[in-house]
Amino acid sequence: MGWTRKILRVDLTKGTCKSEPLNMKWAQEYLGQRGLATKYFVEEVDPKVDPLSPANKLIMATGPLTGTPASTGGRYSVITKGALTGAIACSNSGGYFGAEMKFAGWDMVIFEGKSPKPVYLAIEDDKVEVRDAAHLWGKTTWQTEEIIKKTHQDPQVRVASIGRAGENGVLYACVVNDLHRAAGRSGVGTVMGSKNLKAVAIRGTKGAGGIKDGKAFMKATAAAKKVLADNAVTGQGLPTYGTQVLMNVINEMGALPTRNHRDVQFEDARKISAEAMREKRPTDGKTNLIANAACFGCTIACGRISKMDETHFSVVNKPEYWGATGGLEYEAAWALGAANGVGDLEALTFANMICNEDGYDPISFGATVGAAMELYELGILKKEQLGMEAPFGSAQALVKLAEMTAKGEGFGKELGLGSARLCAKYGKPELSMGVKKQEFPAYDSRGIQGMGLAYATSNRGACHLRGYTVASEVLGIPVKTDPLVTEGKADLVKAFQDATSVFDSAGVCVFTTFAWTLADLQPQLDAACEGGWSMEKLAAVGERIWNMERLFNNAAGFTAKDDDLPPRLKTEPAKTGPAKGKVSGIDKMRPEYYKARGWDEKGVPTKETLNRLGL
Amino acid sequence: MQKSLYIDANKCTGCLQCEMACSYENYGVFNISKSRIKVFNFESAGRKVPYTCTQCAEAWCLHACPVDAIKLDALTGAKVVNDATCVGCKVCTIACPFGTVNYVAETGKVQKCDLCGGDPACAGACPTGAITYVDANWTGLDKMQQWAGKTDTQPRANA
Repeated sequence: MGWTRKILRVDLTKGTCKSEPLNMKWAQEYLGQRGLATKYFVEEVDPKVDPLSPANKLIMATGPLTGTPASTGGRYSVITKGALTGAIACSNSGGYFGAEMKFAGWDMVIFEGKSPKPVYLAIEDDKVEVRDAAHLWGKTTWQTEEIIKKTHQDPQVRVASIGRAGENGVLYACVVNDLHRAAGRSGVGTVMGSKNLKAVAIRGTKGAGGIKDGKAFMKATAAAKKVLADNAVTGQGLPTYGTQVLMNVINEMGALPTRNHRDVQFEDARKISAEAMREKRPTDGKTNLIANAACFGCTIACGRISKMDETHFSVVNKPEYWGATGGLEYEAAWALGAANGVGDLEALTFANMICNEDGYDPISFGATVGAAMELYELGILKKEQLGMEAPFGSAQALVKLAEMTAKGEGFGKELGLGSARLCAKYGKPELSMGVKKQEFPAYDSRGIQGMGLAYATSNRGACHLRGYTVASEVLGIPVKTDPLVTEGKADLVKAFQDATSVFDSAGVCVFTTFAWTLADLQPQLDAACEGGWSMEKLAAVGERIWNMERLFNNAAGFTAKDDDLPPRLKTEPAKTGPAKGKVSGIDKMRPEYYKARGWDEKGVPTKETLNRLGL
Repeated sequence: MQKSLYIDANKCTGCLQCEMACSYENYGVFNISKSRIKVFNFESAGRKVPYTCTQCAEAWCLHACPVDAIKLDALTGAKVVNDATCVGCKVCTIACPFGTVNYVAETGKVQKCDLCGGDPACAGACPTGAITYVDANWTGLDKMQQWAGKTDTQPRANA
């Protein structure tokens, strides 16, 4: 059956927990994880709710393949109304925490209300308890996990927690699990912090039972694993270089946003690339990268494990940062590096570590630093305000600002608001590079036109993981399209968005889609879950989820004018590279996209569309 | 030819497919808490290390068992727990220097790796070749080959 058929509802105001049967009708319509938890969310929460009020809810949810041997089958998501965006938020994470939730017998945990004091939720199979977290408040995510393992006397317990960023109201705080995996974007950790919920600690010993047809499932998962192993991206590129394999590729394309999107190519891209991570440092003769790592069940293993150069200025007097830790992924390396013009690999590695340790999103943080550096160069932000000089390219400023944001000190408090609020505060709202108050990730929409549309229409604000047309426009997966044209991108974006909604609801990682299509996922789901999971049914589920999220955002007050890009991308042409002279064609693509979606010109799903999808 | 599990921790990514395969093979469920092989994560060293029973020739668990519940499988060399005989006294778990035989509260018996009767599921499930099942007399072959490759690297004088 895939599902455990049980959800846990936690009333944080009262400190009570209760078990409920999973709504199996909804499971057939929304599958699991992102889709199913969002269904619960939109049914139970007023779209107009203040994200940081007790009336907002926060759901941690697994998919039917979470905790199974399906490759990458260890994912879980955090669903809420985002603190950064005010839109529906769903942030996905790997590591081991999601599988442990399934092993403990729960499909999802719904948190309601607000605890009067800091607490954490302890789950040991059916035994669940809201416990005091006074001793954990003020601690980093790393300390929190260590303390919980010690007090539970159980090194096998899995922990998801917020760091000081989530406590201090950094609007892009994450929920970090297993030390360096994160439900990263939109401020889901901020919502968790607003509820005085410090952590969730889980030990599950029940396993993921009840697979509908075990033999067929093992056969289907084995075949799908072979597809990943035989694919050049998932079988070689990602394990060897990680997502950082993209740094030089995207730079060559002229689509690497640099210095707050002033430029589209970064002269020091090579210095912060996957290739650089594997080169011996002149200082100590060691490489930054020491190993690759997998999340639960993953046969790709794109994760990076790095060790800092102990002589680097950021850690020279801090031996606690000399051990192995989560290394740079492409998005973080871009946001902390190119977006600020910083070409110091070790500084980026350190800043990324701080993001993990205190739980905040390196994409939004890095991009906000980029905006601050532009404000500084324009003379709007002064040295005295920042406490330092902060021109583009300053590794010292990046490191200092990362530490200040983690601790909520000085200008770090303002950086914690994100670029949209920061730039608005200083009278330059147009300098915030994002959509729906969420910062762009690492692809410039002048050089990769489809991504511009994907960002503008993403239901959780600017995001690469809602419709990754880079796969098609850059890598030729599943078919190559021209990144510089707008023609056909509306349909392409819709197709990626709908398919991704299914993958995000299944319990597997979206990175499988470099090799898998829905046709590779379908036999695995059909063998695991009852109800007959055909391609047609999955396609409908994906489109239904997308429209459900859209309806929530529309009801929350978002309109077509929020499906737009900052003026810089529409009026300042790319200066160099293959996209030189290009601006984003978002205004041309948007109406085409609405039409492809079956929405009216205001971006509202028509009656026919809703009827067709059973909404 | 007898075979042996050969573990190369350098290749382990920590995906736990071995643990899932072990629990599925032995209990028909995906439940890593029932696995007889465990992957240890040494975070600050950045190392992941799978570990399980090495099937000692002079097996202390076997000798310690008061009811002779642990027997040698002559074909595979595995020391196998006979559930029907095991009384759950746990003396073997004390005798084993490596901690690889453990008590299972749900069954009241002990469990350890039995090499799956000669076709270990963990080795079959490992995506990186960190766990393989090789000639028991030649578990060093891999390392020997690596070191052999490092010798005599000068170009041949008469080549």
